[in-house]
Amino acid sequence: MGYENVTQSLTKVIEMKNITKKFGDFVANDSVNLDVFKGKVHALLGENGAGKSTLMNILYGLYSPTSGEILINGKKVDITNPNIAIEHGIGMVHQHFMLIKPFTVAQNIILGREPISKLSVLNMKKALKDVKEISERYGLYVDPNAKIEDISVGMQQRVEILKALYRGAEILILDEPTAVLTPQEIIELIQIIKNLTKEGKSIILISHKLKEIIDAADFCLIIRRGKHIDTVVVSETDEEGLASKMVGREVSFVVAKDHKEAGEEIFSIKDLIVKDNRDIIAVNKLNLSIKKGEILGLAGIDGNGQTELLEAITGLRKVESGKIMINGEDITNNTPFQVISKKISHIPEDRQKRGLVLEFDISENTILENYYKEPFAKKGILQYNNIQVYAKELIDKFDVRPREESKMARTLSGGNQQKVIIAREVSNNPDLLIAAQPTRGLDVGAIEFVHKSLIEQRNKNKAVFLISFELDEIMNVSDRIAVIYEGKIVGIVDAKDAEIETLGLMMAGGGNK
Amino acid sequence: MKLKLKELRKTLYIFATEKTIGFTLISIFLGLVVGAIFLAAAGFNPFQAYWVMLLGVFSKPSYISYTIIRATPLILTGLSIAFAFKTGLFNIGAEGQFIIGSVAATAAGYFLHLPLLIHIPVVIISAVLAAGIWGGIAGYFKAKFGVHEVISTIMLNWIALYFQNFLIYTKGFQKPGGETSYSIQPTANMMILKTWKQSEAGREWLLQHPFWKDLLRTPMNWGFVIAILMAILVWFILNKTALGYRLRAVGFNKFAAEYGGINVNKNMIISMFIAGALAGLAGALQVVGVSHKVTLIAAMEGYGFDGIAVALIANSNALGCILAGLLFGALKYGGTKIQMFPVKAPSEVINIVIGSIVFFISIPKLIKVILTRKNKKEGTK
Amino acid sequence: MIETILSNIALIIGTTLMYSTPLIYTSLGGVLSENSGVINIGLEGMMVIGAFAGAAIGYFVGDPWIAFIGAGIAGGLFGLLHAFACVTFGANQVVSGIAINFLGAGIALFLSRMFFEGATMTKSIPLDNKMPRPLNGVFPDGSLLNIIFDNQYATVYLALLMVLIIWFFMYKTKYGLRLRSVGEHPTAADTLGINVMRIRYLAVIMSGVFAGFGGAAMSLAIVSNFRPTLVSGHGFIALAAMIFGKWKPQGALLACLLFGGAQGLAVFLGQFDFEISTQLISMLPYVITIVVLIGFVGKSAAPSADGIPYEKEHKN
Repeated sequence: MGYENVTQSLTKVIEMKNITKKFGDFVANDSVNLDVFKGKVHALLGENGAGKSTLMNILYGLYSPTSGEILINGKKVDITNPNIAIEHGIGMVHQHFMLIKPFTVAQNIILGREPISKLSVLNMKKALKDVKEISERYGLYVDPNAKIEDISVGMQQRVEILKALYRGAEILILDEPTAVLTPQEIIELIQIIKNLTKEGKSIILISHKLKEIIDAADFCLIIRRGKHIDTVVVSETDEEGLASKMVGREVSFVVAKDHKEAGEEIFSIKDLIVKDNRDIIAVNKLNLSIKKGEILGLAGIDGNGQTELLEAITGLRKVESGKIMINGEDITNNTPFQVISKKISHIPEDRQKRGLVLEFDISENTILENYYKEPFAKKGILQYNNIQVYAKELIDKFDVRPREESKMARTLSGGNQQKVIIAREVSNNPDLLIAAQPTRGLDVGAIEFVHKSLIEQRNKNKAVFLISFELDEIMNVSDRIAVIYEGKIVGIVDAKDAEIETLGLMMAGGGNK
Repeated sequence: MKLKLKELRKTLYIFATEKTIGFTLISIFLGLVVGAIFLAAAGFNPFQAYWVMLLGVFSKPSYISYTIIRATPLILTGLSIAFAFKTGLFNIGAEGQFIIGSVAATAAGYFLHLPLLIHIPVVIISAVLAAGIWGGIAGYFKAKFGVHEVISTIMLNWIALYFQNFLIYTKGFQKPGGETSYSIQPTANMMILKTWKQSEAGREWLLQHPFWKDLLRTPMNWGFVIAILMAILVWFILNKTALGYRLRAVGFNKFAAEYGGINVNKNMIISMFIAGALAGLAGALQVVGVSHKVTLIAAMEGYGFDGIAVALIANSNALGCILAGLLFGALKYGGTKIQMFPVKAPSEVINIVIGSIVFFISIPKLIKVILTRKNKKEGTK
Repeated sequence: MIETILSNIALIIGTTLMYSTPLIYTSLGGVLSENSGVINIGLEGMMVIGAFAGAAIGYFVGDPWIAFIGAGIAGGLFGLLHAFACVTFGANQVVSGIAINFLGAGIALFLSRMFFEGATMTKSIPLDNKMPRPLNGVFPDGSLLNIIFDNQYATVYLALLMVLIIWFFMYKTKYGLRLRSVGEHPTAADTLGINVMRIRYLAVIMSGVFAGFGGAAMSLAIVSNFRPTLVSGHGFIALAAMIFGKWKPQGALLACLLFGGAQGLAVFLGQFDFEISTQLISMLPYVITIVVLIGFVGKSAAPSADGIPYEKEHKN
């Protein structure tokens, strides 16, 4: 039927016309048009860095556009700050939640629009009542007195949605809302979205996940490198169609990988118990083993003990009890230094916090674990010539750009930063390579590169341990898949036989042992 | 004309915003302007005042020597703080480490009786070790108990101060009748040509050579040379050695350092030890070169706090500390000259100048904004 | 015997209150600034300028309250300067704070020499023009209450009241909620339409005002003039007390009382002819602080965004 025909009879609540946004020479949005209709879900699809968030930040008043105009309910508006956006009934749920952790749910919801009695004294009684009222009205149940730092990510997202509704939002922007959710929670979220549209709310759904757009959205605007590509009616297209528009070429969802018989067991964990920062048990009697020449994927939702498990293996966190073995050697409670010397390498979860010294240049970063060894240092004196030669070699081999070893790590793009880390870790020639969230925030090209590197490592008969919150990635790359839930492995399946539904169920704790 | 202005602004912009010497020089200039405004507002002629300062620093060999003597401890405390900064720690404790260094030097210089060539090194080494341990304590508290080094070093400063006063009132150390310690043995004295210049032959020779006479009037000593060597050594350690790599990695990102197998706690203690040792060296050199004893102190003398400013002006660069220390020494010594006839202005204007320099250094964006105001419409990233 | 012990305890309580007062004001200033996300290491300099302004205005005007408020304004101006650097220009907050310390001392002494005939010490304020002592002579001579309260200046009671007010403000009012939200997560506050810049400006200015009060509580009450060594490090101790008190007003109060108490104890012990040197006793407050810090387990509770300049991204 076509977009024009379908939308003819609908009420436009938002029109963004020819929006252009430049940061210096960089064009983040280039003449983008977006219409949003009452009671409908409009998806915004594009890769990381395509300019989706920029466009929404403009609508929400966090950025002002370089040119273009915005109409709300047919009237031209000038949204110079979030207050004005809120007044126009726009609410936004950011990808990185904008919640104040030590505050309670209710305090977060009312912040900025606090019910008060005399002398600006907070009226928490009224606040609690108001929060309860809207949470019941939309079926978004939360405990208003719980502190944010104590509730789950899914709950935090509800708080974010409630925050917008509390401010009377008619149009809700959801920025990558499913990135942190379990498959079941995603289903719930889609139900919440449907409830909201039934009440006449309009939703803008920002995503780079095709499946949920198909499931939840009515229309979809595709942008690529800041450019407006197309607006489509979702019911008239499919995943492949959306994907090729998003990336600009045909994409295959399958990672090229030959079958390979795994070798003997090289790494094992027995009855491991680890506590988190709050002294609560995060890894609870976990058992796991990895063989030579296989990629073991660890599926699970954020916060089920993955971080603590990794830190325990790599010596960054104390093990309460249990055993970690590699090559027949016990490495429980070893220091990071000892762990590295036992031929374990680690691509860390947070590359900017752990993986790189951003103020060091590329070459200095390539020797982070080996700086004191020959040929990089002799008698405690750094040998810069040798370091440079080595760095150049890695830059070439791993295609790091720019090809200058003296570039500060901070100035590299996320993908190239990750390449530096992978180059360093793989070049240590580890027996076990741990890769935590290795593709988070990377674009398609870089993701392919990372996956290829992991598979290469496996093909060299090395063990690879992949931890990811992206179930697709786990399913595509791994040979075997272990599912972690509340600090325990609740199931291990062969990747060939894995089904998304069963994995999803296990990730939510519904698995069989 | 307009084009030229634009060009000039562009050059200035690059000069000022690259976080280089250019930016520092502009900050120093602006600091002097602020000082001039204060002087002018108070009815003094700022040009005259600055001219007198300049003469007061450069016009006689002895003035230059005094400036250098003033600068020496500041270079070292500046190095101490810069070194700690480079490794991610804020050493407010240089003040106390200086005190411990000078006390230890005095004790070793007075109680030990050693031959000339051995005594000075022994004195300096004991001071450096004592102050290093004093600094290391703060590092240890941080590593072991998570006590913030800013608090612990502030407390340690006062403990050091009262410790020195305690020793000064201790029999055997206190010079009877005074609020000072005994002076160090002549073998521990590092003043240049000390005995010769008081000898008959020396005095006679100097009478005929006014330049040398004026120069040697001052307690000229080898301290400045040692300070420069230390700056070079610190620069070398930080930039050219595996130890320096480790320390810098911990300073820039202790999480990445830990991940890379570097023992963060150990390096924090090492770093505070070295920082303490440098500040202690400043105290030791002050004793063997200038004061030869320690005196009762009622309040902090400021070597450590001035060192913070030196380190900041030097952008924590070890070699920069030499220049910043000299600048500081010149301002402090020259500043005393404007108190006298003919200017008779408060010498405290120097603190205003120094404060303003540091203030401008804290806001590189200000200069950037001033220089790009006209380009604002184009938008910069 | 018991009576002597009791009166000695009363004496120590009295000196504790006296010594804690300037620290309480100043550390409250620190609490306000740092809860908004701006580190204020310049408290020392703000205290110095406050002490000078209090003493100078007190001497020339004669009214202690005008002098006290004047000291607050002087401190507030330095707070404004700090805010200008840190909030508007995203300065390195530690560096700016160090600059404030030099400027505070420099300007105070410069002005002192200008107004007091070249002296760095201001002229004494007569007792009648110092802070009033509200409970002077109220309790019978020699009674315990008299020992504690007889010589306490109004600044002492005001400081305690201020702790209560600041606590109420921070935890019970909407502006307090907003202040804390800005220190924890400025971007989140911004997305809710809270003016991060304005709140930080106000908080930092107020922190200067309080530090100025702290200085004046010394020069208008504990002593009766300003001199270069008067403040000597108390601003830093107040800063330590604020960190020690976990960035909370009630915590800072306790830390200041601990420190003042140790000082009171030192003064008390100092009056006896002990074998122990008074110099060693003077170390006591500092040693106790370190010991308590070592024993006091638990991570620091600094506001998450403390020390991080907030920049709205390229709002051109």
